[in-house]
Amino acid sequence: MNSTTVRNLLVRGMLAGLGAGVLALVVAYFLGEPNVDGAIGFEESHAPAHEHEVELVSRSLQSTAGLATGVLLYGVAFGGIAALAYCFALGRVGRFGPRATALLLSGAALLTVYVVPFLKYPANPPAVGDHDTIAKRTTLYFLMMVLGVLLAIAAVIAGKRLTPRLGTWNATVAAVVGFVLVIGLAYGFLPAVNEVPADFPATLLWRFRLSSLAMQVTMWAAFGLVFGELAERLLNPRPATRPAGTKATAAAPN
Amino acid sequence: MAQHVAQPTATTPVVPAKLPLKDIAPWAVFFGVLMLVLLYFVGAEQGATSVVSGEGVHEWVHDARHLLGFPCH
Repeated sequence: MNSTTVRNLLVRGMLAGLGAGVLALVVAYFLGEPNVDGAIGFEESHAPAHEHEVELVSRSLQSTAGLATGVLLYGVAFGGIAALAYCFALGRVGRFGPRATALLLSGAALLTVYVVPFLKYPANPPAVGDHDTIAKRTTLYFLMMVLGVLLAIAAVIAGKRLTPRLGTWNATVAAVVGFVLVIGLAYGFLPAVNEVPADFPATLLWRFRLSSLAMQVTMWAAFGLVFGELAERLLNPRPATRPAGTKATAAAPN
Repeated sequence: MAQHVAQPTATTPVVPAKLPLKDIAPWAVFFGVLMLVLLYFVGAEQGATSVVSGEGVHEWVHDARHLLGFPCH
């Protein structure tokens, strides 16, 4: 019975993630792609002639089908992971109903898997970034993601433990302050990455990063609201006999 | 009278029942790993590390990888 609930939530999470991915894709295509094109224009005007090799995937495919593949897979994958985390969180984080739990979890996911790494290692457009440091940058980026998630889990557990002594409000404040302090220390000690070419347009970089943030905010807001609604309907099904439903039941043949 | 009884349930949030960890674990392990593999292919394959040879995967998800915030190249 409970195992079925987990499966049903997982399926709904992946579907909500797909839906959220579609919305994020719209934002990515209309807000993000012009900046990607701008950055590629900069790259081509600065690259030595011999670097123009045969394109494996054309720009028109990269900016449509390729973009869609990446964003939708990201939505489905994170939707599934978030749904599994939701199964753990449900009834364990505080006095929140299914919808509120979903929105809180979604906000926490946006913060830990995107905003926390973004503030230290922000998204970069093409033409920014040295090929030789990709291994280091990838490691640092995923490290920041994992650190954000683990520290958020630790903060929730610490907050729950402190609640009997400090009360809910103060325990929550203490847990959030602890989270911010440790993330701040990590920012201070981890190496900085600055590989923006000296003459790269600052406005283009800012707009690219904003569009990247807009995409993620769209995705997680949509996920939280849609998944919350689906979970609410699954966990608290409405009684069949309601004023609007009565007529339908009466009209039905049996 | 009926209204008086109905009111507290409307204002007090109903805390959902906890799902037992033993029911979540098998799903979390299998699907968690599967989802992480998907994320790896979207976010990092043929960048720092390569499972599939060539540049096809990297080039195909190139724009998504940049816009989703992953280090691309």
